Amino acid sequence: MDRIDNHTTVKQLQLGLAQGDFSSVELTREYLDRIQQLNPRINAFITVTEDQALAQAEDADNLIARGDGQAMTGIPLAHKDIFCTDGITTTCGSHMLENFQAPYSATVIEKFNAQHAVMLGKTNMDEFAMGSSNETSYFGPVKNPWNLECVPGGSSGGSAAAVAASMTAAATGTDTGGSIRQPAALSGITGLKPTYGLVSRYGMIAFASSLDQAGPMARSAQDCALLLQAMAGFDRRDSTSLQRDVPDYEATLEQDLAGLRIGLPAEFFAEGLNPAVAKAVDEAIEQYKKLGATIKDISLPNSKFAVPTYYVVATAECSSNLSRFDGVRFGHRCDEPKDLEDLYKRSRGEGFGAEVKRRILTGTYALSAGYYDAFYLKGQKLRRLISQDFAQAFEQVDVIAGPTAPDVAFKIGDKSDDPVSMYLQDIFTISVNLAGLPGMSIPAGFVDGKPVGLQLIGNYFDEARLLNVAHQLQLNSDWHLQSPEVI
Amino acid sequence: MEWETVIGLEIHAQLATTSKIFSGASTAYGAKPNTQACAVDLGLPGVLPVLNGEVVKMAIKFGLAVNAEIGHESVFARKNYFYPDLPKGYQISQYELPIIGPGQISISPEEGVSKVIGITRAHLEEDAGKSLHDEFPNLTGIDLNRAGTPLLEIVSEPDMRSAKEAVAYARKIHALVQFLHICDGNMQEGSFRCDANVSIRPKGEAKLGTRTELKNINSFRFLERAINFEIERQIEVIEDGGEVVQETRLYDADKHETRSMRSKEEAFDYRYFPDPDLLPVLITAEDIEEIRATLPELPEQKRQRYIDELKLSDYNADLLSGSRATAEYFEQALAAAPKLADQLANWILGDLAGALNKSEATIDDSPIAPEQLAGLLERIADNTISGKIAKEVFEAMWNGEGSADDIIDKRGLKQITDSGAIEQLIDDVIANNPDQVEQFKAGKDKVLGFLVGQVMKQSKGKANPGQVNQMLRDKLK
Repeated sequence: MDRIDNHTTVKQLQLGLAQGDFSSVELTREYLDRIQQLNPRINAFITVTEDQALAQAEDADNLIARGDGQAMTGIPLAHKDIFCTDGITTTCGSHMLENFQAPYSATVIEKFNAQHAVMLGKTNMDEFAMGSSNETSYFGPVKNPWNLECVPGGSSGGSAAAVAASMTAAATGTDTGGSIRQPAALSGITGLKPTYGLVSRYGMIAFASSLDQAGPMARSAQDCALLLQAMAGFDRRDSTSLQRDVPDYEATLEQDLAGLRIGLPAEFFAEGLNPAVAKAVDEAIEQYKKLGATIKDISLPNSKFAVPTYYVVATAECSSNLSRFDGVRFGHRCDEPKDLEDLYKRSRGEGFGAEVKRRILTGTYALSAGYYDAFYLKGQKLRRLISQDFAQAFEQVDVIAGPTAPDVAFKIGDKSDDPVSMYLQDIFTISVNLAGLPGMSIPAGFVDGKPVGLQLIGNYFDEARLLNVAHQLQLNSDWHLQSPEVI
Repeated sequence: MEWETVIGLEIHAQLATTSKIFSGASTAYGAKPNTQACAVDLGLPGVLPVLNGEVVKMAIKFGLAVNAEIGHESVFARKNYFYPDLPKGYQISQYELPIIGPGQISISPEEGVSKVIGITRAHLEEDAGKSLHDEFPNLTGIDLNRAGTPLLEIVSEPDMRSAKEAVAYARKIHALVQFLHICDGNMQEGSFRCDANVSIRPKGEAKLGTRTELKNINSFRFLERAINFEIERQIEVIEDGGEVVQETRLYDADKHETRSMRSKEEAFDYRYFPDPDLLPVLITAEDIEEIRATLPELPEQKRQRYIDELKLSDYNADLLSGSRATAEYFEQALAAAPKLADQLANWILGDLAGALNKSEATIDDSPIAPEQLAGLLERIADNTISGKIAKEVFEAMWNGEGSADDIIDKRGLKQITDSGAIEQLIDDVIANNPDQVEQFKAGKDKVLGFLVGQVMKQSKGKANPGQVNQMLRDKLK
């Protein structure tokens, strides 16, 4: 009998490993089999690290047998291909890094390695995490397991689809403007973007340094708590990571929600939101009322500036962050450059895809002499205003709720020629990154057979409360237990 | 027309840390290419900079030494441009909020003249790597050992009016950073580099002329020459009816000329913005006071002390306090011979400086230790040897023959002060030179010199010349 099914959770695997129901090697083999079976259709993985995974699983089994297992020991996981992995290719979804092997591992990877978790492989993603549909990947689009004609969301679309199709129990993702939450919503899984500074960015290939944050993507809030526990914490190699104690996220999951104050921002239920999605979100909110929460209408008046602000700040930072890909030391180099300028132009011209080029150009423009004040500086000011909106809101409520994305998964190709309509995918998620707050997306029903995501936003370092609020809904609903019929 | 020159300097002082400004790699000079560049220095995807706290302390020391404002919040910014030896495609520098704000320093371009030069700012930044164009035919080699080496860029106001003033200012800063132990000052290895902004304007005109920036200057001599060449060039351009173009010019020491490198039109738009990977540096008043307490005695304070307490001449005090190495040598020697400050000053700035100069050595590699020199001067002071014999002992010490006492002993150079022995020599000389004796007695005073010389010659220089003089006079009275 299969040890895993369409909704196996990390929590179940932990218990099974601890009780000796199965070994990590057995688990790893089954996940690798599922990947082999499903990946040709879903394209969630860029690299599958079969040999290493089995070796890690064997080590893990030995540790568990000796009683030396830790929380993540022997748990098979997939990592977004944005995290550098020592000796294993890290592509960032780009032709530029098709053959790049870092000589070191990201802190997030090291933390999982230290607990002897198993890495099944590296997941597909929009090129350099720039996109909301996974269509900008050099390695081809990822298919949504709920509907193979649809996108899984992006940029962490590979991780989202892999979890949704149970090709892995859980995965890591990164979120710069919604890249964990929006694919989690579109793929029907649970994803958490932590407070900026909670998880180290070291070894995570930078898109927009002041916004990027890594987080867990899993089948449940409980699983997200388990993964976040392993990922969070100060890292002296990342100057923007914060020195503070990491709470026990699992310990507070069971707290009841009586007296919880949930704020609903008017701006998140406005024009552009699919009414069917709005209805699904309303139903989830009704559940919270039953669980003892009080609902309050709030306003985030500056959130209308979030998308333009984001596309100035994020592109400005990316234009600089991606300058290191110049064909000189690593990454793609054009054939027979005739001089230095030719080397730069062709290496970058050939190595980057259209969306990455669009953002580099936009960001370069925003930082140029004469435009800096009008764009970058103005963007920074708006960013402060957006943060102030949230600060005021959190004086009245404990969490903010709303839709994660304006609609359910759309068809592959539908928006790929229309950058602005693609950018609006992140209209509800972006302000959270600009403010540096933690945010989650959890399953909240279906529209036309496609999953809807409920977004929960917390105050700084209030991940424990977010996970608690999400977990309580999941104890009282079964949306997160639904699985796509991909097998 | 009479022209006035306006000069401002940008000095890059490499801070003397053991590791780089944003990584743990070593900063040691001269290692094999690319053996001192870690993942952070290579700008590999995913790496992040972490500020080396030492550089902040060093910058604050400098700020305190030039009475500058010290920014309570300073910010690192990215300066974006593409170049193969700039691994990240941007240099981490400071732009709007530098660590050190306006300050000043006084210079003395010539004896008795003093002038205050404003310092606009000083900011921290990382150095780039090196491009090697000559080693590989048709290829460029990249050595990233230097990438990430900490620099303090010190920007002056355009307060200097001649190449001489510019050199005096550069020397003053050069000495200061060494006194503070924040830079080794080695210009050959590029630890201390000067760029000069030069313009001219008609005398009396308030508006500044168009400036050019001179780069690639690696000695004070070249700094003076490059500026003087550039002044002449600009005068010629304008007097021929042309206009000076704002541009960067490279100084070529071999050809003694400056050459255009790039003009303003080709100038980069560096697209500075605050580096999101680094937090602002916050400096409290307590931090500043803590660092102030660690400041060594500065050149200006030393100079004053030499004049007030050691009664040295202004000139000697200036020179001795002009470089850390010289001042340290002097003070070490003084500790061994506390009463001989003046004599030590004269010997260090005279014979020792001359000998060092001749062998192209610096005082740090002087074969004569400060204590040795002090020992020699003690023997002059107590009349064991004469000043003339001292020169011989000095030379022997230079050649490694040991202490002054050893050499005096071994070579039997001890001065003859026994009047009986000297009288014997005098009598011989009087007997052998009757003509000269007659002349002296007839009133030709100058002949005494000849007779003293003869006695000294007989004594092989060991007689005390003053004593010989006196005794001869007495005898021939």
